[in-house]
Amino acid sequence: MQAEATADTLPVPHASGEPTAGKVGMWIFLVTDALSFGGLLIGYASLRSWSPTWPVPSSVLDIPLTALNTFVLICSSVSMVLAVSAAEAGDRKSVIRWLGATVAGGLCFLSIQAYEYHHLISGGLSLSSSLFGATFFTLTGFHGAHVASGVLYLSTLLFGVLAGKFVGHGDSHIEIAGLFWHFVDLIWILIFTFVYLV
Amino acid sequence: MHDAHHAEPTGFLSRVVFSRDHKVIAKQFLLLGLLFLGLGGILALLIRWQLAFPGKPVPIVGQYLFSATAGAISPEGYTMLFTMHGTIMIFFAITPMLIGAFGNLCIPLMIGARDMAFPLLNMLSFWVAAASGVVLAGSFFVEGGAAMAGWTAYPPLSGATATPGLGQTLWAVSLFLGGVSTLMGAINYVTTILMLRAPGMGFFRMPLSVWGLGLAAVLNILFVPVIAAALLMLILDRVANTGFFVSGAQPGSAGDPLLFQHLFWIFGHPEVYILILPAWGIVSDLLAVFSRKPAFGFKATAIAMSSIVVLSTVVYGHHMYTVGLSPGLGKAFMSLTMLISIPSSVLFLNWLGTIWRGSIRLEPAMLFALGVVFVFGMGGLTGLFLGAITTDIYLHDTAFVVGHFHYTMAASVLFGSLAAIYFWFPKMFGRMLCPELARLHFWFTFLPLNLVFFPMLIEGYGGMPRRLYEPTSYKYLVQFQPVNQLITFAAMVLGLAQLIFVWNVVRSLWAGERAPANPWEATTLEWLTPSPPPHENFDVIPEVHRGPHEHSRPDVPDRDWIGQWESQAPAAPQTPPAPPADSEAVAV
Repeated sequence: MQAEATADTLPVPHASGEPTAGKVGMWIFLVTDALSFGGLLIGYASLRSWSPTWPVPSSVLDIPLTALNTFVLICSSVSMVLAVSAAEAGDRKSVIRWLGATVAGGLCFLSIQAYEYHHLISGGLSLSSSLFGATFFTLTGFHGAHVASGVLYLSTLLFGVLAGKFVGHGDSHIEIAGLFWHFVDLIWILIFTFVYLV
Repeated sequence: MHDAHHAEPTGFLSRVVFSRDHKVIAKQFLLLGLLFLGLGGILALLIRWQLAFPGKPVPIVGQYLFSATAGAISPEGYTMLFTMHGTIMIFFAITPMLIGAFGNLCIPLMIGARDMAFPLLNMLSFWVAAASGVVLAGSFFVEGGAAMAGWTAYPPLSGATATPGLGQTLWAVSLFLGGVSTLMGAINYVTTILMLRAPGMGFFRMPLSVWGLGLAAVLNILFVPVIAAALLMLILDRVANTGFFVSGAQPGSAGDPLLFQHLFWIFGHPEVYILILPAWGIVSDLLAVFSRKPAFGFKATAIAMSSIVVLSTVVYGHHMYTVGLSPGLGKAFMSLTMLISIPSSVLFLNWLGTIWRGSIRLEPAMLFALGVVFVFGMGGLTGLFLGAITTDIYLHDTAFVVGHFHYTMAASVLFGSLAAIYFWFPKMFGRMLCPELARLHFWFTFLPLNLVFFPMLIEGYGGMPRRLYEPTSYKYLVQFQPVNQLITFAAMVLGLAQLIFVWNVVRSLWAGERAPANPWEATTLEWLTPSPPPHENFDVIPEVHRGPHEHSRPDVPDRDWIGQWESQAPAAPQTPPAPPADSEAVAV
């Protein structure tokens, strides 16, 4: 306990994997954010299980397109891992490359989602058209808002790296952002499973 | 972030308004909470007026507030009053006071940190709370008035059909913002407690106030997001016609009003403990300080509070016995609810054990702490009748429930806040409050408060429904009218007595005696540093050598306390603490 307490009061750089206030704070935020998705998913499960007229998702949604989108998001998680390890190694060029790739992956995901929304809305599905539409747009929209904030978050870091910050021994900014990005990715896999596949 | 001293900001904006200093943010939260406490109290008095003198014009203020009905309170107005009273008191008065103000003040000072882990987030937390308060207060002035669906906002009452006004939507938006603010605070509190404890400050050396505040923050982290999800769905129901909670809004939909009740109480029951846990922790510490004894069963108290946190997550169904839950589920919730009485009794007995044969100093803070022990006992005992299905079915939605939760919330939590104010005011503002006025405030609060809430238990037992507009419209309730009038007179005395408190605070801020560093001869770290503490709290981060309540130790000569920061008993009283050599690096 004593070691834990002094770890943060002494001005030593933190090795990767060691807890810092920033990392602990992000983990706690992820717990709380997971439970906000939890609240929405409870609502979704409960409404769907009692509904007499729930459509088969694949009859409404374009599963192959969204499977591709899921793949894009998982790839962006891979590039995030590479960005974090490059940041640890102090390799600024690779950080810029992989962080850029992650941002691009996030933007690609959002674009495909926007196309999907446009397609569905012109087909008559909306927040108020049915409970299926209401839960679909609420869940995927809430997740999309997370991806959008993640893209903003990572872009800010990318500009910081371009300005010569955040890379090198003891700086955990990129690692912390990575936690958020992987979380958003993980939540998407749950949403893809429960809303699209099941 | 905490490696070195930061220069103290000098501008007015960065020092007073957008300060990142936890002590300033604590004062801001305290002011916010007290303002809303006053507003919520005025709403309560208006509710009481209607119950004592149904349909009669409200004296003095009625002609301005209810001009359309010649000063009398209309049924809609009455509904709005009790909705906003509940919302304001829970989310905008006691939450900012206990969690916002004393969470911010106590956590860093008591664990020996320079500030919170994330000072910027801390500042944002206050300003989001302020914005949410502005939205809520503003909702009084929109067309149709403020929210009217009760503080629980059950659909379909809170749906767009029953309450079409903008006020109900603003209510939901305001609570959502309040939730965001609470979460920012909670993440900060838990991170700070985990990461920034001074050397030697193990978990079982932390004062029980920090335990209570930290555990409340854990519950906030787990359950505020659930109510936020429910509020999001409610807002979408109202503005985008989604139909999550309102059945039949569109063909093929089967929106479920009960779903909201589940989500609300998944959060709502832990919320009760979110508010009472800090009060429990503060009371446990105060009883020890003013009994001049170590807290009896210190570890057991901490463990009891932690097990209540765990149990509080699985009992929410006891708010829903009468909605048609499966009987098996009801029994399970009842058994789990009854389990909570075990750790609660541990807490209660430990309090009695702490004051047992202590050298009690009846300072105002101690009076209020003892007040909590009494009123929490009342609240806890009346809770048993509501936790058991058989009695709850009879008492559900009666004034008994109102009496019960006001004993736990309005009495225990409010007294806990007032005890905290009387205890830490010298540390916060560097001035002493007048103890005679404070004692007067205590007795004029404690006695009327019991006259307000105890008769409600009797009325509820006699079958008086809660949220009732016109009690005399039922023949069997006419007999209670004198009781209703007694409650209303007691409530007026209670309200007026708070002016003593306001006067005491205002007077002391200008002309109070200067507070010494440790006016109560307490042992925890916040009393090591001057009152008010300097920027970044401590010159040198103290090293912690002992538990938080080492009073009346036989091996300490000349005085009945030894601070957590003192490595050994001082030869004579008032020896300045020696800065520990190995933390020099921290100071530079």
